Amino acid sequence: MHPAPSVILFTVLSGLGFGVLAVLGLGALPLAGWAAAFAWGLGYALAVGGLGASTFHLGNPQRAWRAFSQWRTSWLSREAWASVAALLVLAPTAMSDVFGWGLPRILGGLGAALAALAVLCTGMIYAQLRTVPRWNHWITPALFLAFAALGGAIVTVRLPWALGLCAILAGLLVAAFQRGDGAFAARGATLGSATGLDRLGAPAVFELPHSGPNYLTREMIFVVGRRHAAKLRVLAVVLACLLPAAILAALPAPVAAVLATAVHLAGAFAARWLFFAEAEHVVGLYYGRR
Amino acid sequence: MTAEPRIERSPPVSDEVRKTTCYMCACRCGINVHLKDGRVSYIDGNRDHPINKGVLCAKGASGIMQVTAPSRLRAPLRRVGPRGSGAFEEITWEEALETAVSWLRPLRETAPERLAFFTGRDQSQSLTGWWAQAFGTPNYAAHGGFCSVNMAAAGIYTMGGAFWEFGQPDWARTELFVLFGVAEDHDSNPIKIGIGKLKARGVRVISVNPVRTGYSAVADDWYGITPGTDGLLILSLIHCLLEAGKVDLDYLARWTNAGFLVNGTEGPEKGLFVKNAESQPFVIDRRNGQPAPWDGRDTEPDLGAVWDGQRTVFQLMAEEYLRPDHAPEAVAERCGIPAARIRGLAAELAQAAFDKAFLHPQPWTDFRGNRHETMQGRPVSFHAMRGISAHSNGFQTARALHLLQILLGSVEAPGGYRLKPPYPKPVEAHPTPHFVATPGKPLTGPHLGYVRSPADLALRQDGSPARIDKAFSWDAPLSAHGLMHMVIPNAVAGDPYRIDTLFLYMANMAWNSSMNTAQVIEMLTAKEGDAYVIPRIIYSDAYASETVAYADLILPDTTYLERHDCISLLDRPISEPDAAGDSIRWPVVEPDRDVRGFQSVLLDLGARLGLPGMVDDAGRPKFRDYADYMANHQRRPGVGPLMGFRGADGSATGRGAPNPDQLDRYIAAGGFHQAHLPSEAAYMKPWNAAYQDWAVDLGLYDTPQPYLFNIWSETLRRFQLAAEGHGPRQPPDHLRERLRVAMAPLPVWYPPMGEAEGYPVHALTQRPMDMYHSWGSQNAWLRQIRGKNALYLPTAIWEAQGFAEGDYARVTSPTGEIVVPVAHMAALNPHTVWTWNAIGKRRGAWALDPEAPEAVEGFLLNHLISEVLPGAHRISNSDPVTGQAAWFDQKVRIERVGPRALAEPQFPVLPDPPRAGAGRGANFRRKFGRGGAA
Amino acid sequence: MTALPETTARKLGLVIDLDTCVGCQACVTACKGWNDQGYGVPLSDQDPYGADPSGVFLNRVHAYQMQPPEGASVVVNFPRSCLHCEVAPCVTVCPTGASFKRAEDGIVLVNEDACIGCGLCAWACPYGAREMDAAAGVMKKCTLCVDRIYNDNLAPEDRLPACVRTCPTGARHFGDLSDPGSAVSRLVAEREGYALMPEMETKPVNRYLPPRRKGAAGVAPLVPLVDVQATGLAGWLDRMLGKI
Ligand SMILES: Nc1nc2c(c(=O)[nH]1)N[C@H]1C(S)=C(S)[C@@H](COP(=O)(O)OP(=O)(O)OC[C@H]3O[C@@H](n4cnc5c(=O)[nH]c(N)nc54)[C@H](O)[C@@H]3O)O[C@H]1N2
Ligand SMILES: Nc1nc2c(c(=O)[nH]1)N[C@H]1C(S)=C(S)[C@@H](COP(=O)(O)OP(=O)(O)OC[C@H]3O[C@@H](n4cnc5c(=O)[nH]c(N)nc54)[C@H](O)[C@@H]3O)O[C@H]1N2
Ligand code: SF4
Ligand code: SF4
Ligand code: SF4
Ligand code: SF4
Ligand code: SF4
Ligand SMILES: [Mo]
Repeated sequence: MHPAPSVILFTVLSGLGFGVLAVLGLGALPLAGWAAAFAWGLGYALAVGGLGASTFHLGNPQRAWRAFSQWRTSWLSREAWASVAALLVLAPTAMSDVFGWGLPRILGGLGAALAALAVLCTGMIYAQLRTVPRWNHWITPALFLAFAALGGAIVTVRLPWALGLCAILAGLLVAAFQRGDGAFAARGATLGSATGLDRLGAPAVFELPHSGPNYLTREMIFVVGRRHAAKLRVLAVVLACLLPAAILAALPAPVAAVLATAVHLAGAFAARWLFFAEAEHVVGLYYGRR
Repeated sequence: MTAEPRIERSPPVSDEVRKTTCYMCACRCGINVHLKDGRVSYIDGNRDHPINKGVLCAKGASGIMQVTAPSRLRAPLRRVGPRGSGAFEEITWEEALETAVSWLRPLRETAPERLAFFTGRDQSQSLTGWWAQAFGTPNYAAHGGFCSVNMAAAGIYTMGGAFWEFGQPDWARTELFVLFGVAEDHDSNPIKIGIGKLKARGVRVISVNPVRTGYSAVADDWYGITPGTDGLLILSLIHCLLEAGKVDLDYLARWTNAGFLVNGTEGPEKGLFVKNAESQPFVIDRRNGQPAPWDGRDTEPDLGAVWDGQRTVFQLMAEEYLRPDHAPEAVAERCGIPAARIRGLAAELAQAAFDKAFLHPQPWTDFRGNRHETMQGRPVSFHAMRGISAHSNGFQTARALHLLQILLGSVEAPGGYRLKPPYPKPVEAHPTPHFVATPGKPLTGPHLGYVRSPADLALRQDGSPARIDKAFSWDAPLSAHGLMHMVIPNAVAGDPYRIDTLFLYMANMAWNSSMNTAQVIEMLTAKEGDAYVIPRIIYSDAYASETVAYADLILPDTTYLERHDCISLLDRPISEPDAAGDSIRWPVVEPDRDVRGFQSVLLDLGARLGLPGMVDDAGRPKFRDYADYMANHQRRPGVGPLMGFRGADGSATGRGAPNPDQLDRYIAAGGFHQAHLPSEAAYMKPWNAAYQDWAVDLGLYDTPQPYLFNIWSETLRRFQLAAEGHGPRQPPDHLRERLRVAMAPLPVWYPPMGEAEGYPVHALTQRPMDMYHSWGSQNAWLRQIRGKNALYLPTAIWEAQGFAEGDYARVTSPTGEIVVPVAHMAALNPHTVWTWNAIGKRRGAWALDPEAPEAVEGFLLNHLISEVLPGAHRISNSDPVTGQAAWFDQKVRIERVGPRALAEPQFPVLPDPPRAGAGRGANFRRKFGRGGAA
Repeated sequence: MTALPETTARKLGLVIDLDTCVGCQACVTACKGWNDQGYGVPLSDQDPYGADPSGVFLNRVHAYQMQPPEGASVVVNFPRSCLHCEVAPCVTVCPTGASFKRAEDGIVLVNEDACIGCGLCAWACPYGAREMDAAAGVMKKCTLCVDRIYNDNLAPEDRLPACVRTCPTGARHFGDLSDPGSAVSRLVAEREGYALMPEMETKPVNRYLPPRRKGAAGVAPLVPLVDVQATGLAGWLDRMLGKI
């Protein structure tokens, strides 16, 4: 799949934002006044900014409101609802933290749950696609949730959660890479099944239907070199999980927060880029590309 | 859940439908042009039309893009910079026409042959030829010489009709269909419709073709023959059939010259038919062993007769083809087809022709006056085209294929191959060539024709060729369509002479239509002192093609939806085996710029020059425009360009006085007219009295023209005799041997000429079904489908040189070198490479971006193909009989060069001539009007 | 609208005969031509005369090559358009309800007025049947020519998809695949028509007819009349002409 910057930005930032918001909602980082305003503001900025970025890849963003209509069947619609609900439900808690109203935490907890739901929905948008076998697994939403949780924990320097989550995410990433590599073959879709021509022998492309690119080839067919991918994988695990853990363990909180977040984000972007770039859509079969 | 959106299921389709004729190939399908707000909105096929019955091909269905193409020219142009510089100024039509007149008038008055007028895939040859005749130049032809004249001439000389679109299998009755070397052909949609019909009936389709794409891909069996060896294969099939006695003796005896006696006595008559006192060949009646007239009512020709020591054609033929060197085992290796497969194909042919034979319950009377209660069905049919004919042995190979069909008794038999009126038409009913130029006078007859003997050759007093293309000379005696591909090289070489003005119409001679393109470009700009060697070039194109840049005066044409055209029985009509048919184009929309239909322009030029037939007695233009000509011109009294709605009241068909309302009647009838054959006349046409009478009534001929098929060709033998030293007209010595071989009276095979050592691989092109030569690429839809081409390599070459995806190869011939992208194809003859024809474009042409894939990666094979054979004498790289360009004789060497992104050679970017504008890179939403292209 | 109808009254679709398709691309441009002025926005092209032209097509024709266990390599042309799946994932993923499957005839359509152009439906489609229009930002797909097949302004025999009407070889068939007696259903039964990528569990309505077996006919070899090399032409002529 084409690793579109807007989608990478959207998923990484909104995931991180919801992670931060969830931590704050749960009251795991007791802050007040300007500090609370800053922390909540950061969480909101990331979440809303990410969601905003997602509209860049829409053909008709002015109709984005319509995306709320199909919550019964569409994970994208559910994501829209969950995101908005999380942002709304968390608002009183945020205000309460900033202005010291002391509202009961239960609302924050509910908001945190909605934030998690939003992230889950984002993950499910990808995980539901049979057409992309690498994504089509519970590990995809688990990854998204783990990224959000770890991001939240790093930004807010919640130890030892962060350290534990680093280990979990690292494990999930490695597992996802490994499982993902065999997923396409395991799904059983081949150029033979895609065309039904395997009855004549193994099919190979003779001529493409168009000599230039089209929407499908641009959007769904992306080829990333194996060596390049292997390097990026290592980088993703190191930057997203291992290095932040080390930084958090070694450095004092304020410095660690900034440094670990930056490193983690770099890792998250690498991982998310790979998430798309390595994902192969079955339509590539028709083009002799997978 | 919300309710399903309501959708408009029944929107109005268009405001108006106008029915006219498609133009993107010579198939000439009927189209419905839908108009919304006076603009073309959609084009689909006319269901009532005999050719396409509603279907359209990819080009036809995107015809709208031809009209909106930004490459369209806008106004007449005069060159103001050097040739090829693209420096033009727009001028008025008056200036353009007067310029042309000022060039042409002095030529006509002094040396008409100094005008060479050649037209490409012209659909108005009866007009352009007539114009050239009136002008008086011998130098006229259309594209047939570089196209498929081998197929045309071999058909006419053998059976009075050819493949092309001039006949077709009896789709409804045939039980086996064999295609030789066809990728698309002129009969595009009919062949596809036909194959569809066979598939629906489960009838086997067999393709003989080095490449397995398109029709060959759907064929039930594929013979991946080595190029240039079809003659060997076919004669070997004939060997097998003769050996097993599987030939239709009755058919041979009655309808062919198999029973004629051939003079076997050494001397100037050897190989000619034995004639009686009336100079007629005759046969021996098997009942009494006595000579009898060939067309005698009760004659039963004895194929085995020996009379006065002379034997029949049948015996000579059998003797020839039964020889062991025609056995499958002897040819298998050269053809690249195992002997058992050849025998298998022969058995399949015999099974279809004889085991599946049937009697068609249609009584008929033959020309001898014999009544038959039924017609003998022979349900095996063939079709062939350039795969056979674009070789230097193509004429004889096509003859061999016709002989095969004739031996099976299937030509014009139910289930076999059926000709379309005005065919069948024997050689004798065609004119001989006319070529004597007299200042200020028209030619005494048509340029193109069918020579019968050396006496008909177009030679000057000194024996040199009378025509610039050397057609009908010893170089190519039976060149019935001329040699368009030799005009520019000959004119520049001054061989046989120089010309003054080259007048071209719709032929892209500076690119894909020439052999040796790079050098032809140089020839077009070659100078002697300050002057161009070809001093003047006038060209009519509708688009900014490569050739436009090389002309001095451009006459911009309309497109096919904006003009009158006439698809006439006088040249290439739209007949079906069961009906004669013709059709028109008419302006379904008006051009939005200063362009004029070329035919009208030609008539205007003719009138300005005062050419006979184009002016009245007072010297005023006789025809307002082409439409006026279509309705009012008469070729013979009562016979004009269009057969339908003739006579004052429009009730006559074929013969009748001109009708001023004729075109309106055509328009009302959907743009075409048909005259159906009575069912008695539908088969066996060359010998069927009912058909002959119908054809005379319609005006196809003036008297019945029954004839026998020529298994043995006396015409060819006369040339062979000359080559052997007999007769007053003698070929030059350097041509003797090749004439002796190529002019054999029975079909023969000889290796293609001009193959050089060290070039082991055959290189071919194929037409893509979705592109028409060079001009499909200006169609924004089609160029997305096929915007570049690759050279397909067979597995053996691919693997031996370690080719990988993305690689380029250097392809070398004795003529040149190209470096081009390659791809792998398994279903390919192992000694053959090929690519799609004419996808490669010159940078800057066709209003395409100079970085367009067509120009960057697309390529032409033509750079590798020489227009002359190696050695002295500038012998054209053509069939020695007909002058057919031998495009497919090309042999090359292939070397891997690894990944690249640019094909070679590259030429300087052609500057954009003044044209319609927009286009390049424009974001394109609405295709026509509504603010899109123009 | 994103939920799929439980059942559809009819299952209209195409049956494509791979034994007959010559790969002429006629259906491709006929489809483009009709839909350019038909249902929804025109099918735009970007950089149409430039270095990198690309645009929306609803139907595309591939070509594949195969080496069967016996005999020569084969080439098969392969048209690809929306299969109007019964379990259409493109519909259920759509957040706006723009994608829907008609309960009446099973046609899968995009309501372009509601489409936000998110592209998710195209991701969900295994067959590459959906292409985003880069100019209008809405998703385009084969409409099964819903604006032709019921169109009272067309002659009854023309109420066919544009691609079917134009296909010169008649390789494309249109009809109701829920009716076992329909011509298309019978073709599928006779010729063992199949669905593409069954492992995707989309239950396509369209079916493909496989290429027929290729190769020699297996006709009995011809038997020579006589041994010509032994008897000479005369012996052969006797046998041959004795027959008339
Ligand atoms: N779509 C489309 N249609 C066209 C045209 C076009 O440009 N595009 N052009 C029109 C014109 S001008 C013409 S002349 C006709 C020509 O129509 P075709 O005769 O179909 O011409 P080609 O495409 O040159 O196809 C030649 C075929 O012969 C095969 N071949 C080559 N050498 C040999 C050989 O030695 N033996 C055998 N058996 N086969 C061989 C090639 O592989 C190829 O399949 O098409 C007309 N129709
Ligand atoms: N390598 C190789 N070369 C080949 C062949 C091959 O098989 N292989 N095939 C050969 C054959 S058979 C042929 S017929 C030739 C084709 O040769 P051409 O007929 O020269 O081919 P086109 O490229 O179609 O060129 C026709 C010109 O007519 C112009 N034109 C189009 N429409 C109109 C119109 O309405 N009016 C006017 N006035 N002009 C118009 C086009 O813009 C174009 O410039 O190519 C030959 N060249
Ligand atoms: S075959 Fe195609 S291009 Fe040729 S006339 Fe017919 S529709 Fe037009
Ligand atoms: S083919 Fe693709 S677009 Fe069509 S219904 Fe099936 S999943 Fe949807
Ligand atoms: S692109 Fe349009 S039709 Fe497709 S899922 Fe998004 S909103 Fe629905
Ligand atoms: S049914 Fe209509 S929309 Fe679908 S592929 Fe055919 S022509 Fe295109
Ligand atoms: S129109 Fe018919 S034959 Fe041509 S590509 Fe389409 S399906 Fe195949
Ligand atoms: Mo041609």
